[in-house]
Amino acid sequence: MTEKKPAVSRTRMRLNQLIKGAREFAAIYRSSTPGLVGLAILMFLVLTAVFAPYISPYDPYTRVDRPLRPPSDKYLLGTNDIGQDIFSELIYGTRVSLTIGFLAALFTVVIGTLVGVVSGFMGGSVDEVLMRFTDVIMILPSIPLLILLMAIFGRQSYLIMILAISITGWTGTARMVRSSTMSIKERTYVEASKAIGAGEGHIILKHVLPNVSPLIIATMIYQVAGAMMSEAGLSFLGLGDPGHKSWGMVLHYAQTSGGWYANQGYPAWWWIIPPGLLIAFTVASLVLIGQTMEEIINPRLRMR
Amino acid sequence: MRVGNELLRVKDLKVSLIDGGGYKTIIDDVSLSIHEGETVGLIGPTGSGKTVTAKAILGVLQPIGAARPQWSIEGEVLYRGRDLLKISGEEFRRLRGDEVSMIFQKPAGSLNPILEVGEQTGEPVDAHEEIERRRLREMVIDHLGRVELPDAGRRFRWFPHQFSGGEAQRIMIASALICNPSLVVADEPTSDLDVTIQRQVLELLKRVKGEFGLSMLLITHDLGVIAEMSDYVYVMYAGRIIEHGDVYGIFEDPTHPFTRGLLRSTPRIDSDRFELIDMPGELPQPPYDIPGCVFHPRCSQVTDACREKKPVLTECRPGHHVACLRAGEI
Repeated sequence: MTEKKPAVSRTRMRLNQLIKGAREFAAIYRSSTPGLVGLAILMFLVLTAVFAPYISPYDPYTRVDRPLRPPSDKYLLGTNDIGQDIFSELIYGTRVSLTIGFLAALFTVVIGTLVGVVSGFMGGSVDEVLMRFTDVIMILPSIPLLILLMAIFGRQSYLIMILAISITGWTGTARMVRSSTMSIKERTYVEASKAIGAGEGHIILKHVLPNVSPLIIATMIYQVAGAMMSEAGLSFLGLGDPGHKSWGMVLHYAQTSGGWYANQGYPAWWWIIPPGLLIAFTVASLVLIGQTMEEIINPRLRMR
Repeated sequence: MRVGNELLRVKDLKVSLIDGGGYKTIIDDVSLSIHEGETVGLIGPTGSGKTVTAKAILGVLQPIGAARPQWSIEGEVLYRGRDLLKISGEEFRRLRGDEVSMIFQKPAGSLNPILEVGEQTGEPVDAHEEIERRRLREMVIDHLGRVELPDAGRRFRWFPHQFSGGEAQRIMIASALICNPSLVVADEPTSDLDVTIQRQVLELLKRVKGEFGLSMLLITHDLGVIAEMSDYVYVMYAGRIIEHGDVYGIFEDPTHPFTRGLLRSTPRIDSDRFELIDMPGELPQPPYDIPGCVFHPRCSQVTDACREKKPVLTECRPGHHVACLRAGEI
């Protein structure tokens, strides 16, 4: 062997592999219009969240004018019942809503993957116990459970909200990862790997996880949508963190502080409709992205 | 006669499935031995228990299905005097790949589609010891070169789908050999390949066997492969060894009616016989519960005794053993 260049490190190798994979993925993704639309909306929202302090004209937590002013060129979406700028509230709300959504989805997927891989790989009584436990969590209606958890532990803390959403939402992921793991562990290459002396940890890290990871990533996108809806619901019911106003919380204040008749007896539409639309658009964009990723991972769906 | 020290000895191996209280015997009374430097052929029809035997020896029988029937393995598997059925799972794991390795039937399926082949070739080393990445890579390229994978220095970073079936089998062989094992179990290494590639892979196996000083247990249902490769042959039928002897004895003077029938139903290029005679009856399916001799329902020489009494392996002439009640007469 006449190898002149220095040996490529393992991390570098991995990185190259990842870049190659990402390029292929991007090439297919680009051909999907719904996917691109979803991605554009999400990117726009993420940028808004990141640069919120620079974009928003006012501080959302201070009073800037008389209450309940309708939209004007000074206050794009008017003011609320205590004279805060609603446009600024929503820009900062993007931050809160997206952060809670993504973090909750991340924890959800981590718990689900852990339970799913262990359950599917170990089988036997471990699988029985974990799956029965999953069933129990799954059977509990999640909204009342969330309300209960929030009411007991976490009024007014968005960290607790993230945890509450994660511990009620991981069951579907766990089941999916479990079935995928079970099918992978029966593949010939896992058997071959065992026959050359690979241990269980080695098989899980080298064969099972890489093979379930596309599934996990696609699931996570849907989980973000789900988590954001849960967050909006809880905040609307008044279980959110007043120090971190999210879209759901803007709606909550609109509902509790008379937004329905504040516009001379009619609903203050500038207070109610924009946050609702934002929630709907965000969830729609996530679903579009998730569907596109699913199509890439499972080519059979592309035929439809 | 057989030379060299005994490397592996299987004694009275019995493998059954425990299925909801029931016992289903898959292989019974299997005894065989492999000496250093030998290639031992294990031949038999589909479903006769060849692969189960191999996997039992390596301790890799997988639990099957959701009902989870478990395997019960009885007997002794002595590797260099150690009983592999009695050592701990971790000890056995360390032995696999390092001392005893396996080559599988379907090369393409035995490679993980999303891992680079270089990484998979080095997997046994990775599983057994801490090794510097650069050294492992050198080893991988060296071994891929030794199995004559063209352009190994560049292609070790490719993925399995970028290789042909023959190349995939070369990669599997390299992977099986990378830890310098003493014994390789090759489970139908060529039956998934077309004939010209088969020839190349067999030549390769022969060469690396000499080069690495291997002993080999070669499992196949292909008489040609056995005749070409092995020194000693075990014939299996319905979960039992029914005849064994050196390769000349088996091919020149088979004694068991099944072995005879098998040879008669296979074309031979050096024979003036043109007619192929097929065997009557059908292959029994496991689990086998045939009273008497397992072959009696299909045997042309059957007597009443065959239906009742189980024949045992006896030496019918020096170095040649057969399990047939009428071995002396027919």
